[in-house]
Amino acid sequence: MLSVTGLTMRFGGLRAVDSLSFQANAGDITAVIGPNGAGKTTVFNCITGFYRPSGGTIELTHAGGPSFALHAMPGHRIAANAKVARTFQNIRLFAGMTVLENLLVAQHNTLMGATGFGVMALLGIGGYKAAEVKAIDKARHWLEAIGLTSRADDPAGALPYGAQRRLEIARAMCTDPVLLCLDEPAAGLNPRESEELNQLLLRIRDEGCSLLLIEHDMGVVMRISDHIVVLDHGEKISDGTPAEIRADPAVIAAYLGEGDEDEVPA
Amino acid sequence: MTALRDAFLSALVACGLFVPLVGLVTSPTEEGLTLTFRPLATAVVVGLVFVGRLLILTWRARHSRREITRTNRAIAESVTRAGRFVMPVLLVAAVALPFSGSRYYIDLGTLVLTYVMLGWGLNIVVGLAGLLDLGYVAFYAVGAYSYALLAQTFGLGFWTCLPMAGILAALWGIMLGFPVLRLRGDYLAIVTLAFGEIIRVVINNWTDLTNGPNGISGIPRPTLFGLSFSMDGGPGTVAGFFNIEPATIQRVIFLYYVILGLALLTNWVTLRLRRLPLGRAWEALREDEVACRSLGINVTNTKLTAFAIGAMFGGFAGAFFATRQAFISPESFTFIESATVLAIVVLGGLGSQLGVALAALVMIGGLEVLRDFLSFLGDQMNSPLFADIAGNLPLYRMLIFGVALVVMMVLRPRGLISGRTPTVALGTRREIAAELVAQGRG
Amino acid sequence: MAYALQQLINGVTLGMIYGLIAVGYTMVYGIIGMINFAHGDIFMVGAFLSLIALLGLSMLGITSVPLALALTLVFAAAIAALYGWTVERVAYRPLRGSFRLAPLISAIGMSITLQNFVQVSQGARVKPIQAMIPGGIPLITQGDFTVALSWMQIAIIVITLAILGVFTWLVTRTPLGRTMRACEQDLKMASLLGIDTDRTISLTFVIGAALAAVAGFMFLLYYGVIDFYIGFIAGVKAFTAAVLGGIGSLPGAVLGGLLIGLIEVFWSAYFSVAYKDVAAFSILIIALIFLPTGILGRAEVEKV
Repeated sequence: MLSVTGLTMRFGGLRAVDSLSFQANAGDITAVIGPNGAGKTTVFNCITGFYRPSGGTIELTHAGGPSFALHAMPGHRIAANAKVARTFQNIRLFAGMTVLENLLVAQHNTLMGATGFGVMALLGIGGYKAAEVKAIDKARHWLEAIGLTSRADDPAGALPYGAQRRLEIARAMCTDPVLLCLDEPAAGLNPRESEELNQLLLRIRDEGCSLLLIEHDMGVVMRISDHIVVLDHGEKISDGTPAEIRADPAVIAAYLGEGDEDEVPA
Repeated sequence: MTALRDAFLSALVACGLFVPLVGLVTSPTEEGLTLTFRPLATAVVVGLVFVGRLLILTWRARHSRREITRTNRAIAESVTRAGRFVMPVLLVAAVALPFSGSRYYIDLGTLVLTYVMLGWGLNIVVGLAGLLDLGYVAFYAVGAYSYALLAQTFGLGFWTCLPMAGILAALWGIMLGFPVLRLRGDYLAIVTLAFGEIIRVVINNWTDLTNGPNGISGIPRPTLFGLSFSMDGGPGTVAGFFNIEPATIQRVIFLYYVILGLALLTNWVTLRLRRLPLGRAWEALREDEVACRSLGINVTNTKLTAFAIGAMFGGFAGAFFATRQAFISPESFTFIESATVLAIVVLGGLGSQLGVALAALVMIGGLEVLRDFLSFLGDQMNSPLFADIAGNLPLYRMLIFGVALVVMMVLRPRGLISGRTPTVALGTRREIAAELVAQGRG
Repeated sequence: MAYALQQLINGVTLGMIYGLIAVGYTMVYGIIGMINFAHGDIFMVGAFLSLIALLGLSMLGITSVPLALALTLVFAAAIAALYGWTVERVAYRPLRGSFRLAPLISAIGMSITLQNFVQVSQGARVKPIQAMIPGGIPLITQGDFTVALSWMQIAIIVITLAILGVFTWLVTRTPLGRTMRACEQDLKMASLLGIDTDRTISLTFVIGAALAAVAGFMFLLYYGVIDFYIGFIAGVKAFTAAVLGGIGSLPGAVLGGLLIGLIEVFWSAYFSVAYKDVAAFSILIIALIFLPTGILGRAEVEKV
């Protein structure tokens, strides 16, 4: 579904990503792991349109049809047309807006379409009211999924950290993506919260959205990924199932380390 | 450091500041300039600084920091709560004002309402979308001059030209915004400032089109359903139609209601837009532009729309200004205007409609009251000791304005009404504290 | 050809004055990220202080021109530095950490205050002064047009270059300069490392104000006439110069100043005087369209 070929990203003289190629299949949870500075977030930024790659291609193909050349599209088009959503390493919520408003902003394009060039809705004509009700329903669905229904009217900035992380994911899901890219979703979460996160991600996958995630928490990665890509210094050093990666000596040397059995549950 | 010593040091600094510029005055003589001394004035000013600083320090020592914060928060909350009642009260007062019959107050009301409208227009750009526009006066000017020129060249009336003035201003907004809105906040600021200045210089110098510094006069006044307000009282005029004595106050009252209507239109559109996805997108933009992009929002178009709509209302206000004065010249469209409107928006508390209205009332009303007070004071000062100051008193007005701006910002940096009310809720809508709401990075 | 050369000389001279003011803008922006709207008015205050000092010294009977000029320069720079320090303490420091709009309005208020303060205390009329350093060096003559490099122009260019040289040495080689650069990079971290950030920021304002005062001093001598409004215009142009060159970059500020000065002079000479400001601003807008961070500005890659 997502096909990255020869992706290269240069910043001045520094090559953050060098000729990276991998595939992520539809319906899979694909994890991108590697030591800090390996270029993982850079890859994400290239896929989601925040950076323009220096070389290579990124193709996204929807089930049964259109494909998009992500390396050449602006960020907002990637989200709106190619239906690729993302979350951020440092949470980027709309802190001064309520939880519900955050989820409604995510449905901006759908709602804008229902306003009849803006003017009609201003005068109260047209189907905007109905569209807004539908949007609120979708928001409610995701609020239940992340357990924040009771806090729907609280400002997003006032939520505890774990809730904010979940809200960011729900907000991304309100754009109806086919691919959700998560940048270190488990960062700063305690084991119980990590487990809830796992459940949420699996549920998202089961509802039909593919996942691409950057993560350091091996508990999350090994337990839910179908496919892992390992980066080091901007290059791919391994690619395969969790079992293969765990056993790969190159990966162990660069990243996983030896003897840290409790970090990697079977 | 004791308060006394601190105040003494402040007075010392004040000496350094004021002795050269207040104590020594360059006065013209036949040969050129010479210096005259003003020890009394200098002593007064330095003395004021000493006393003022002493007062501030002792007051601060009496009230602890926590007490001050708590009081501040209490004031903010009560202002916001009162806000719900204040808005309808103000509205009723505004509608009823002309019945007072006082020409002075109606004129003042018209002036204040013009700035309220400008403030509400700029609020869309700065308060809701978080863009930094330092050249709003450009759209005001475009609106005014479009109407004046259209009226002069094509003989069109106010009501025909009003929408055109708004559209032209909006077009200018789009033309300026399109290349420039992707710039970072402070770059946008200087560019909008530059644009405001460009418009002023062009108006001043393109004499063929705009008559330059002499301005355009004889701008037609608006009509009431085709009836004009001319003084002859014949058929086709308001006086003739209603069979009453023609009087200028009728036109004045009519103009007051026109601007009241325009301002209320601006307010209504803003409130509606806030509940629509566009307004929500503006506020989301102000919070975090990157997140907006990741959600598929076309950030540039959204910014452009805010800019254009804000410009349109500025244009409407400009057209009204032209028709009210019946004469416009480049002098009315300086940077000070942009700065005043921006100050009104910031003082009001970003995004708050009521706040902006109150801020306009306080600032513009305050300036007028100050002007009258200073003239009054000047008349009262008969002794030769103060003769110097008495003559200059009206000049102090702008000086006090500048100082007031600084003081207001230091005391209430987030404005009068700084919380934010969400536009949609599952349960009850609760006010969001100002600290959480972003001010935008442009 | 000769005409163009003369305009070049004039433009460079004007550009130096703008550059000095622009450096102050860019320094303050670099360290606390705010546009110091009152900076142009410090320039104006510096010019007035110079005028008063010159008048005062002549009234005291000092006839040696170099001595008078030197004393005036020191006096103007010192008192203007005091003004800069006061403005920062009164209008900006209480708002530090607040979002950016309150300091901006406060700065605008300060600018209005300074302008009107000078107007009220010194009178609204323009203040002329007789030429202090007349004459110059004729360079080349073409037809009946002589390209001349006046002593005043030489003085301005030399003094500005010297000051900028000292200043660059200060910023790159001294501990103070290192402190300033550290604060510019990361204010919070610098304070955690024990740097007195308040003092550094104050110092930045003080140095910027002194530079602006020097520019005011030179403006007074070069043009021979000042009024309370020159600060606003010069301030906007200098800010334009700083942005054009890339705000936050010191060489950029000087480069921007030179460009604005040259554009202004050449446009007045070959096209029209009335539109010279329009030309400068339009060039800024066009430049920013293609170089969003200014000519020497660092391209900011947003951390996502």
